[in-house]
Amino acid sequence: MTGDGWFAGCDAGDTATAAEHVREGRADAPADWPTRAVESGFAPDEEAYYTALHEACVAATRGEATEAERAGDQQLVHAVRAMDDCMRTANELAERLSEWAGALFDEDGAGVEFARTVADREPTTPDEERAVSLAERVVDLADEAEDLEAYVETRAPTVAPNLAAMAGPVLAARLVALAGGLESLAKKPSGTVQVLGAEDALFAHLRGHASSPKHGVIYTHEYVRGTRPADRGSAARAVAGKLTIAARVDHYSGERKPELDAELDERMAAIRARAEDDEEGDEE
Amino acid sequence: MTATPLADGGDSHLPDGVEPRTFDGDQRLATRGEPVYGEPVQDGWRAWDPGRSKLGAMLGRGVETGFAGGDTVLYLGAASGTTVSHVADFAGPTYAVEFAPRPARDLVRAAESRPNLFPLLKDARKPETYAHVVESGVDVLFQDVATRGQGEVACRNRQFLADDGWLVATIKARSEDVTGPTEVTFGHVVDTIETEYEVVTTERMDPLHEDHLAVVARPR
Repeated sequence: MTGDGWFAGCDAGDTATAAEHVREGRADAPADWPTRAVESGFAPDEEAYYTALHEACVAATRGEATEAERAGDQQLVHAVRAMDDCMRTANELAERLSEWAGALFDEDGAGVEFARTVADREPTTPDEERAVSLAERVVDLADEAEDLEAYVETRAPTVAPNLAAMAGPVLAARLVALAGGLESLAKKPSGTVQVLGAEDALFAHLRGHASSPKHGVIYTHEYVRGTRPADRGSAARAVAGKLTIAARVDHYSGERKPELDAELDERMAAIRARAEDDEEGDEE
Repeated sequence: MTATPLADGGDSHLPDGVEPRTFDGDQRLATRGEPVYGEPVQDGWRAWDPGRSKLGAMLGRGVETGFAGGDTVLYLGAASGTTVSHVADFAGPTYAVEFAPRPARDLVRAAESRPNLFPLLKDARKPETYAHVVESGVDVLFQDVATRGQGEVACRNRQFLADDGWLVATIKARSEDVTGPTEVTFGHVVDTIETEYEVVTTERMDPLHEDHLAVVARPR
């Protein structure tokens, strides 16, 4: 329907169908829809047309907004947890397989890649049949983990656009999962976000027999991992601070704000400049 | 390019339905309608916060926007409905396009008590996804979208505007280019707008809205 208004093929008073047309319909160009609707008999007059339009738009937008939100952060949480589970299980089974297959076949190796070569074999004995079948399971799990990661990569930017842009989709999803949802992540202080995923170390510290952890999963962020150890605490603090703000913007406004990324880039440039200053100092 | 400050009492540029009213001793613009975001209300008039609304700030500064009152409006980038709720208070049929689901929920709430406000969860960069709903020949195309390519958005949505209509756009420099000099960024966006429109006024929105430029234009 490239030339029809939303009301085409729709009975007056049928708000559900009208809302669906508003959501799914398209047209190449606008037209004088109110006049057309009256001419086609959809509405007796313009006032009735606008009343029907209001109902359809409110129903369509409310329904779509609710759906999008429901589909949002919890789906991401499940997906990233499932991804980690698949990966961990695949690696565990791959270890078991390499012990078994190493005894059965000439070649040996380790990990998911080795499982892929075993899975391609034609088994000739009942023993080999079991080992090859196990290898196939490992490959399936690793493939599923990859598919889940691809899903997380497309999903995270719609759920948390700023957080995903700044942290990368997978780390964004991990933070949301560790907090239990975008809303609870948005309500956490930045110091908590900094050590999310380092709970063991944090509680060891709180019990009094360890130093406080500098970072949790945000360690995987290039700005933390790629900074020299002496400045990693500062880097972790800066990254956590901006990621927390990004999560709050994502939860409360949902609008993309590229200036947040730039602020973190600037702060990190300042922190990394210290290393350069020190090097220059050493040379003197 | 001239802007008559509100303090001078010049309010001929104000559309019908927008009036300066006194709230707690302060003169502020206001419209009649149900409150939306916790703004002060007196005798049915809602104060229009210029710090939260770029259009409110423009009207407060005396910018001629082309809004007359009772107009048909296409509003792109309605967000949670703060500004568009005021627009719907004084305008006629008001189509409010917003891309993000979360603010759209608040927008729907603002629309519930306003029969002339039509919320649409659509992408302003893709007019073909709402051309079957939004009528042609609207009087004012208002645009406040925080996306790259704000000039293109104005051009692509030109098709909805009446030939004697008005484009009122607020351009956010930081959405186009995060680090570049704002003047250069504004120049690029205005150049793009000028392919389809004749620019009447441009005005910086500082200090209320930093790094924003208001553009008022007529279709060519």
